Amino acid sequence: MAAYVALVRKDLQIFFGDRRAVILTLAVPIAIASFFGAIFSGAGGGGNSEPAKIAVIVVDDDRSSISTAIVAGMQKDSALEVSAAPLDHARAAVQNGTTAVAVVIPSGFGGAAGRAFLAGGERPEIGVLFDPSRAAEVSMVRGMLTGHVMEAVGQEMFSGVQGRAFVDEALANIDAIDVPSEQRETLRTLLQSVQRFNQTGGVSGTQGLMTVPYSVKENAVTSGTGVAYNSYAHAFAGMGVQFLFFAGIDLGMGILLERERGLWKRFRSAPVSRFTMLGARAMSGTLLTLLTLLVSFGFAMAVFGVRIQGSIAGFALVALACSIMAATFGLLVSALGRTAAATRRVATLAVLIMVMLGGAWVPSFIFPAWLQKVTVVIPARWAVDGLDAMTWRGLGLQAALMPALVMLLFSVIFGVLTLWKFRWDEA
Amino acid sequence: MLAISELRKAYGSIVAVDGVSFSLERGRLLGLLGPNGAGKSTTVSMIAGLVTPDHGTVTIDGVRLSGDTDPVKRRIGLVPQDLALYDELSARANLQLFGALYGLSSKALSESISNSLALVGLSDRAHDRVKTFSGGMKRRLNLAAGLLHDPDVLLLDEPTVGVDPQSRNAIFENLEQLKARGKALLYTTHYMEEAERLADRIIVMDHGRVLADDTLDGLRSRRAGAAGGSASLESLFLELTGRSLRD
Repeated sequence: MAAYVALVRKDLQIFFGDRRAVILTLAVPIAIASFFGAIFSGAGGGGNSEPAKIAVIVVDDDRSSISTAIVAGMQKDSALEVSAAPLDHARAAVQNGTTAVAVVIPSGFGGAAGRAFLAGGERPEIGVLFDPSRAAEVSMVRGMLTGHVMEAVGQEMFSGVQGRAFVDEALANIDAIDVPSEQRETLRTLLQSVQRFNQTGGVSGTQGLMTVPYSVKENAVTSGTGVAYNSYAHAFAGMGVQFLFFAGIDLGMGILLERERGLWKRFRSAPVSRFTMLGARAMSGTLLTLLTLLVSFGFAMAVFGVRIQGSIAGFALVALACSIMAATFGLLVSALGRTAAATRRVATLAVLIMVMLGGAWVPSFIFPAWLQKVTVVIPARWAVDGLDAMTWRGLGLQAALMPALVMLLFSVIFGVLTLWKFRWDEA
Repeated sequence: MLAISELRKAYGSIVAVDGVSFSLERGRLLGLLGPNGAGKSTTVSMIAGLVTPDHGTVTIDGVRLSGDTDPVKRRIGLVPQDLALYDELSARANLQLFGALYGLSSKALSESISNSLALVGLSDRAHDRVKTFSGGMKRRLNLAAGLLHDPDVLLLDEPTVGVDPQSRNAIFENLEQLKARGKALLYTTHYMEEAERLADRIIVMDHGRVLADDTLDGLRSRRAGAAGGSASLESLFLELTGRSLRD
C-alpha cells in the first residue's frame, strides 16, 4: 500500500510541480470550449436565442408590385439579412464568400408569375447564385424564398392592381385554355368570383388571402419550461472529454518516458506487484483528469452560467467514469506504444477521430443516421452524451447509469488489453 | 550469498544468455566484463527480476528468487546504467518514492534517506531538484537510490558512465565502504581500470557465455603463463573476446 500511495503521490507532485503545465492543462480546454460555445450560442450569446442570420443579396430587376412584395417579405424574415445590390456586385459577393446566396428576380417576373398562377402560363425563373461550400444555407434560403413568392403572388391576385389586371386578362383569354369545357366553366366561375371580390375593394391590411397557412411557434426543449439552452454546456462537455483523452495520452507518454529513462527498472526490481504499478498510474491519471474536467465545468458555471440541471450525483458518476476511462486509455497507450515520440502522434490522431465521431466537436445528431448508429461504439460518444444529459438536458440519475456503465466497461476492456500487451521485461 | 545457476535467456532465435553460473560472497566485488551484446546487462536484469529467465535460478543464501513481489527482492539493490531519477523532483522526493517501493516509511525511510545521501555526499542538496544536478551528482544519487533499503547484494550496471574523475573516485570510495560493510557487489563495466581497482574476482562474458571466472592474478596466470604476470586486464580481455568490432 505504501508503494501504491507513493507512486500516486509522485505523479501528483510532478504534475503540480510544473506550474506552467498545470495552467496550460487547465486553461487550454477552457479556452477552446469557450470558443466552441460562442460559435454555437447564436447571435444572442447564449440561451435560446436566434441563430445567426443568413446573408442574402436580392437583385430586383423586375421592380413590380410582386417582386417588391417578395423583397419586403424576405426583409421581414428573422432568419435572413437581406440587402439589395446590382447583379455584378451580387455575383462578386457570392464568389468571395461574403454572402451565401444571391436571389435574382428578372424583369417581367411579376407579370409572368401572375399569368402562370392563374392561367397556367409559362413559369418564370428566379435566379439563385450560391456558394457551393454553404449548401445548407442555400437549401434554407430556397425554402424561405418559395414561401415569400407564394405569399406575394397570392396576395397580389386578391388585392393588387396588377392582380386585378391578371384576372381580367385571364377571363378574356379563358376560351383559349386547352382544358375540357366543364373545367373551363368552373375556372371561369372562379375567376369571375375573384373579379367581383376585387371590385368590392379586395383585401386590405396585412392579413390577406393566400398566405402561408401556418406560423411556427418554437419551443426549445431543455431541462424545464423557460429554462434556456446553454450551448456552453455541450461545448465544455465535448472539449472536456477531448482533453481528458489528451490527459490520458500524457499519462501513457509518462510511462513510456519512464521506461526510456530506466525508471521502470527500479520499479520492476522492487517487490511491487504489477497491479500496484499500473493501478497507481490509473489512480493518479483518474484524479488528474477528473480535476481537469471539474475545473473546466467550474469555469463554465461561473462564467457562462452552465448548470447541472439534472442529477448532481449522476454528473459526478459520469465525470468519474469519464476519468477512469481516460486513465485506462492512457495505460493502453503505454502498452501499445514503443517510443514516446512515435506513440504520441498515433495516439493523438486516434483521440481526434474518436472525439470527432463521439460528438465532442459538433453534436452527433447532425451525423448521418448510419454514422449515429456506428458511433455507439465510440467511448467519447457516451461521455459527451452522459455529460449533456446531466447538464442542459436536465435528466435524472437514471439517465447517467447507462453512459457510466458503458464507460466503465470500456475501462475494463482497456485495462485487460493493457495487462495483455504491456511489456514487463526490462532488458 | 548470491548464486546464479545455468541462467538462460533467448529473444526469438537470439540467445542473449546461455548457461551462465557464478556465485558472489559477502564483502566481495565481482567485476562482470564483456563487449557490447555479451549478455552482461541481461544477466543483471534476470538477477534483479527485470527479465524472466527461460531457464536457471537465482538464489540468495539458498532462497530462490521468484515472482514480482518476492520478499527476497528486498535483499537486492539495483543501480541501473540509466540515470533512473525524476528530474522534476528533489533528491529527497526521489528517494522517498524509491524507498516506499521497498516498504520503507516514516522514520525508517527518513533515516535511510539521510544515510544514503550522506554516503554519496549529497546531504546539502537533498531538497534541490535533480534537474539542477551535475552528471556526477546524478550518478551518485542513482547509487544512493539503490542503497536505500540496505540490500545485501548490490547490482551496479555501468554506474560510472559519463562522470568526471572526481565523481568516479567518489563512487569508488562509496563502493569500497559498502564492501567493507559486508555487501556483495556485482559490477558491470567497460572500463578495465575500474575492474582492476575494485574487483576481487572478474568474470569475462561473450556471446552469452562465461569465458573466464577468476581473480585478476588468476586470469593473468591462466592466459599468459609466467610471462603474463604483468599483462593488463585489457590485453587479457581482448585475448579472450577477440578484436572484432561489436555493434
